[in-house]
Amino acid sequence: MHLAYPAVLSALLFCTGLYGVLARRNAILVLMSVELMLNAVNLNLVAFDVWLSRTAEETLHSGQALTLFTIAIAAAEIGIGLAIVLAVHRNRGTADIDKLRDSAERHGPDGDHDGTDHDALTAEQSDEAEKAEATA
Amino acid sequence: MTTTTLAVLVPLLPFLGGAAGLLLGRTASGFVRPLAVLPTLTSLVLAALVAVRQGGGQAIDSATELTPTGSVPIELALHIDGFAALVAVLVGLVASCVQIYSTGYLRDDPRYPSYAALVSLFTSAMFLVVYSGDLIVLLVGWEVMGICSYFLVGHYWETPEARAASLKAFLVTKLGDVPFLIGLFALATDAGSFRITKVLGTVASGGLDHPTLIALLLLAGVAGKSAQFPLHTWLPDAMAGPTPVSALIHAATMVAAGVYFIARLLPVFEASQAAMVLLAVMAAVTMVGSGLAALAQDDIKRVLAYSTIGQLGYMTGALAVGDRGAAVFHLLSHGAFKALLFLAAGVIIHAAGTNSLAAMSRMRNLRDRVPDAYWTMTVALLALAAIPPFSGFFSKEAVLGVAEHVVTGHTEHAPAASGWIVLVAGLVTAVLTAAYAMRLWLLAFRGRGAEAPDHGRQPLTMTVVLWVLAVPSLALGGFVFRLLPDWFDVRDLAPTLTTSVLGTGLALAGGIVTYGAWRHTTALAARVPLGAVAAHPEGDAAQVEAEAIATHEPAYGDIAYAPDPADPGRLLLGPLHRPAAAGFHLDAVYTVLFVRPVQAGASLVRFLDREVVETYVRGAGALPRWLGAAVRRAQTGNVQTYVSALLAGTVVLAVAAVLVATGA
Repeated sequence: MHLAYPAVLSALLFCTGLYGVLARRNAILVLMSVELMLNAVNLNLVAFDVWLSRTAEETLHSGQALTLFTIAIAAAEIGIGLAIVLAVHRNRGTADIDKLRDSAERHGPDGDHDGTDHDALTAEQSDEAEKAEATA
Repeated sequence: MTTTTLAVLVPLLPFLGGAAGLLLGRTASGFVRPLAVLPTLTSLVLAALVAVRQGGGQAIDSATELTPTGSVPIELALHIDGFAALVAVLVGLVASCVQIYSTGYLRDDPRYPSYAALVSLFTSAMFLVVYSGDLIVLLVGWEVMGICSYFLVGHYWETPEARAASLKAFLVTKLGDVPFLIGLFALATDAGSFRITKVLGTVASGGLDHPTLIALLLLAGVAGKSAQFPLHTWLPDAMAGPTPVSALIHAATMVAAGVYFIARLLPVFEASQAAMVLLAVMAAVTMVGSGLAALAQDDIKRVLAYSTIGQLGYMTGALAVGDRGAAVFHLLSHGAFKALLFLAAGVIIHAAGTNSLAAMSRMRNLRDRVPDAYWTMTVALLALAAIPPFSGFFSKEAVLGVAEHVVTGHTEHAPAASGWIVLVAGLVTAVLTAAYAMRLWLLAFRGRGAEAPDHGRQPLTMTVVLWVLAVPSLALGGFVFRLLPDWFDVRDLAPTLTTSVLGTGLALAGGIVTYGAWRHTTALAARVPLGAVAAHPEGDAAQVEAEAIATHEPAYGDIAYAPDPADPGRLLLGPLHRPAAAGFHLDAVYTVLFVRPVQAGASLVRFLDREVVETYVRGAGALPRWLGAAVRRAQTGNVQTYVSALLAGTVVLAVAAVLVATGA
C-alpha cells in the first residue's frame, strides 16, 4: 500500500478533529474531536513506521512504541477531561464552552491608560481580587 | 595606681556612667541620679590627683597602638602636661557642679535619665580631648561633643526655638569641622604622625611644608567650636537649651576645646605669621562685636552667651600674641565664673518666671527671693568685668599684659600687628564688658514695680553649687597667678602696672557710664508696663525656663529684643541698638549667602527629579501599558478563540519555516 493513502486519511481525520475542536460548542464533542486528532497522529506514526522499516531497513519500530504511549496518554486525558466536564456540568448546569468565560478580561473603568490615576488602578485591582475570591 | 591608669579612668568613668544611665534609665530610675553624679565626681577627684602627681613637671606621655591603621599610625595616646592637668580639673569641677545642679533643676523632667547620660557622655568626651595625645583620638572626643551638644541644646524639643537652635549648632560647628579634619590630615601628612609630641617636634625642626594652609584649615574648626567670628552665630541661639547645659557646654567645656586645641598646637600656628594675624583680627572682631551685641540683648542667657563669645575672644587674642599660658589662665578663671553666671541665671529665671531682663527690671525684691544667686552672681559679674581682686582681673590682665609685651617689641614669635590689634580690642572690650555686666546686674536685681512672684525656696542642690563655684571666681586668680608659670612653660603671668591701671580704669568707666544711663532711663520704666511671666510655683525650674523661652517671641516680637525704653543699653548704643540685638544681622547675611542658594539648589533638584526624570520614567512605562491594554482586549474567555489564534500562529510559523528551508 502506498504511503499516500494513510497519510491523506490521517490528514482528513486531523482536519475533521480540528474543525470539531474549533467549531463545536458541547465540551464532550470537543473532547471527542481531540481524540480524532490524536488518532490521526497515531495513524501517521504507524504508517511511517512501516514505511521506514521497509525502505530504510530500520528495525527499532519506534513509531509503534510512540503510538502505544499516545494511546495510554489519550486514555488518561479523556478520563480527566470527562471528569472535569462532568463537574462543570453539575456546577453550572451546562457544558457549553461558549458560556464558560470566567477567564475573560473584564471591560471595566480601565479606559484611561495614562497611568496618572494610580488610586483608580489599585481600586480596580482590589475590586478584581474581590471578584476572584467570590468565584473561588 | 600609676598616674597613667588614673588618667585613663578619668574619661572612662563618665563614659561608663553615661552608657549605664542610657541602658538603665527607664527600668531602674532610682539609679539615675547616682549614676549621673558619682562618676563625674570621681573623675574630678582623679583629675585632681593626676594634676597633683603631674605637678607641672615633665609631661606624662603614654601610648598604645590597638591595631595597625595604614601609613600614618593612630595610637591611643595620653599627653598630660600642665595645661591638660589643670584644664581637666576645671572640666571635672564644672561638670560635677552641673550634674548636681541638674538633679534639682530638672527635678520633674521625664527626660532626665537621657539628659544626665548625655551630660556624662559629653564630660567624658571633653576629658578625652583634654588628655589625648593623638590628634585622631582628640577628634573623636571633639565630634562626640558636637553630637551631645546637638541633643542637649534640643532638650526642649517641643519648642521650635530649641529644634532650630540644635540644628543650627550642629550644622555651623560641622561647617568648621570639615576643614578641621582636612587640616589634621594635612598636618599628619607633613609630620608623619598624629601624635602631638611628634607633630610639635616636626614643627620645631622646621619640617612643616604648608604651615599657613594647615593653620587656616585648623582655625576654621576652632572658630566653629569656640564660637569665634564668623562661625559664632550658633552660640546665642543655643541658649534655647536648659541652663545647666549652657553652663557646661557654653562656658567651660565645648567652647573651651577650640582654645585648648590651639594652645596645644600653638607652635604650628606660630609657624605662620598670616595665621597669627588672622587669629588676632578674628579675636578682635569677636570681642568688640559680641560686647556690643551683649549690651542689647534682652534674654539674660543671651547676654551671657555673647559675653562667653567675647571672653573666648580674649583667649584667642592671647593665643594670637603667642602666649598660651595667659590664654589657658583666662580659660580656667572664665570657666569657673561663667559656669557660675549661667547656673545663677538659671536660679533667677526660675524665681522670676521669665528670662527677659525687661520684665525683671519691673520686679521688686527679686534679689530677696534668691539671695544666694544674688551674691554669687555679683561676685561672678565683678570677675567678668575684671575688677580686682576677682579672678577675672588677673587672667584678663595677663592677656592684656602679654599683648602690651608684644607691642613693645619683646617678642620672637608673634607679629607686632597682632599685639596692637589684640591690645586695642581688648581695652575696648573691657569697657563693653563692664557695661553689660553692670546693665545685667541693675536690670535683674534693681528692678522696681510689682512684687516678684514667689516660687518657694530654691532646691539646696541648686544653691550650694553656686557657692562652690563662687570660691574660684573670687579667689582663683589672685592665688594662682604666681604658681601657674611653673605649670605652664611661660613667663610671669603677674599683671603689669600699665595695663592693669588702664584696664581697670576703663572697666570702672564703663560701669559708671552704664549706671548713669540706668539712673536716667529707669524713670521711664513705670510708663511702659511689660512682662510675660510664666508663673508655675509647683513646676520645676526646667519647665519654667522652657515656657519662658517659648513665650519670649510671642510677648516681645523677637527672641533677643524687647521694646523697652527703660533699657540703659538702648541709650548707650543709640542707633546701634537694633542691629546689635539681632547680632548685627549676621544671620540674615548668612541666609542670603548660604541658606537661600542651598534652598534654591534643592528646589532645582526637586524640579529635575519630579519633572524631568519622572517624565522619562513615565514615558518608558506608557508604551508597554498601551500594548498591554491592546493585548488584554483579546482575552475574551472563549477557549476556541484562543485555539484558533494558536492554529493561525502555527500555520504562519510552519509556512515561514518551509519558505526559509526551501530558500524562497
